[in-house]
Amino acid sequence: MWNLRYAGQNLPVCPGESVLDTLLSAQHEIPNSCRVGVCQSCLMQLVHGRVGETAQQGLKDSWRAQGLFLACRCYPEADLEVRAPATGALRIPSRVTAHTRLNHQVVAIRLRPEEAFGYYPGQHVTLWRDELLGRCYSLASVPALDGEELELHVKHLVGGALSPWLCDKLGVGDRIQLLGPGGDCFYTAGDTGRPLLLAGIGTGLAPLYGILRDALCQGHTGEIHLYHGALDLSGLYLHDELNRLASRHANLHYYPCILNEPPARAEQVQQADLMTLLEQKYPDLRGWKIHLCGDPAFVNKQRKACYLAGARLPDIHADAFVPG
Amino acid sequence: MSSLYERLGGEAAVDAAVDIFYRKVLSDDRVNRFFDDVDMERQAAKQKGFLTMVFGGPNNYSGKDMREGHKHLVARGLDDSHVDAIIELLGSTLKELGVADEDIAVAAGIAESVRDDVLSR
Repeated sequence: MWNLRYAGQNLPVCPGESVLDTLLSAQHEIPNSCRVGVCQSCLMQLVHGRVGETAQQGLKDSWRAQGLFLACRCYPEADLEVRAPATGALRIPSRVTAHTRLNHQVVAIRLRPEEAFGYYPGQHVTLWRDELLGRCYSLASVPALDGEELELHVKHLVGGALSPWLCDKLGVGDRIQLLGPGGDCFYTAGDTGRPLLLAGIGTGLAPLYGILRDALCQGHTGEIHLYHGALDLSGLYLHDELNRLASRHANLHYYPCILNEPPARAEQVQQADLMTLLEQKYPDLRGWKIHLCGDPAFVNKQRKACYLAGARLPDIHADAFVPG
Repeated sequence: MSSLYERLGGEAAVDAAVDIFYRKVLSDDRVNRFFDDVDMERQAAKQKGFLTMVFGGPNNYSGKDMREGHKHLVARGLDDSHVDAIIELLGSTLKELGVADEDIAVAAGIAESVRDDVLSR
């Protein structure tokens, strides 16, 4: 059993336990959210010892160089000493510049970071209510179109830890801390001629909206097929905007898809289960670049289906959302 | 004699084989529940390690690793029938890649040699 030194204590690490598990079971308050290496909430800093490659996967080079790592993805293989990083130096204060209701559940929040912030549309950031409570949201904005303002789509989740506060309490002019960006779900310039399949459920549309506009901005020439799945018509919260974009770009096809309600109002809306629909319509995905975002059950099953339909694993970017 | 790994074309050939093999494994109801890992990249990396080994390429697996790495699957019911299925899927993968029967037998032999470790016997 290895020894984990933290805050002047020596903690035994039980086999199969992550650094996060060990610290939490010793009653230390460590920020954490997704516990699968996505949200970067549980960043820790190495003092002595070493951590495995996976514990630093996806972190900025400058963070890796400082010994920062993700406690949830760190399974000690030797004694370690770690400390909480100076979060002030990592989190970026931002000002809310717009707070717009997109439908009965989803709010678009626009933020202006108070220092230089580079990102790719579709990556995610973690928003912090206080020292400990943070949740991850994807970036729907595009630097070339939206300038320094970031846009996030937040779904009000009843009983959620952060989203009710973000939707109902946060207002224009308020300050909020953010951390990031992270993730590899974004458009890459080398792919301009390839067919793109973008599929998201609910606010899984946010990163896809960023990726989509980024691709169009960069002169994407291949086909772009965008699927937005929702429970009912009101869930298609960017319906008009996406129709408008599709009417201006011949290679963009927008396929809204709802589960519950017969598509009476809008003829183009299909009533179907998105997963079943995609499997029927795309039996051969060789050569496609694919982005899947939203509900983990959808994303994880769909990723496998896309792989079995011939897409290469590195061409499938899956972003499974953690409820919050 | 050069190893099957070298004759097939080294790492690039293993990547091509992983692409076929992993799809077969995921589509096969006899064994796919053991490979149903949300982290598909990690799972594909394990397939690559396995195929590199059975091709006689540079690999870092010991019998102990095989034992440790499959213990949780044995607890979930992994048995000889599943090892048989994997060796069969390995064979059909290599067949698709145009590998000669005698080379397939060599690869299957290496896979066979770790059967007891995989099954914790």
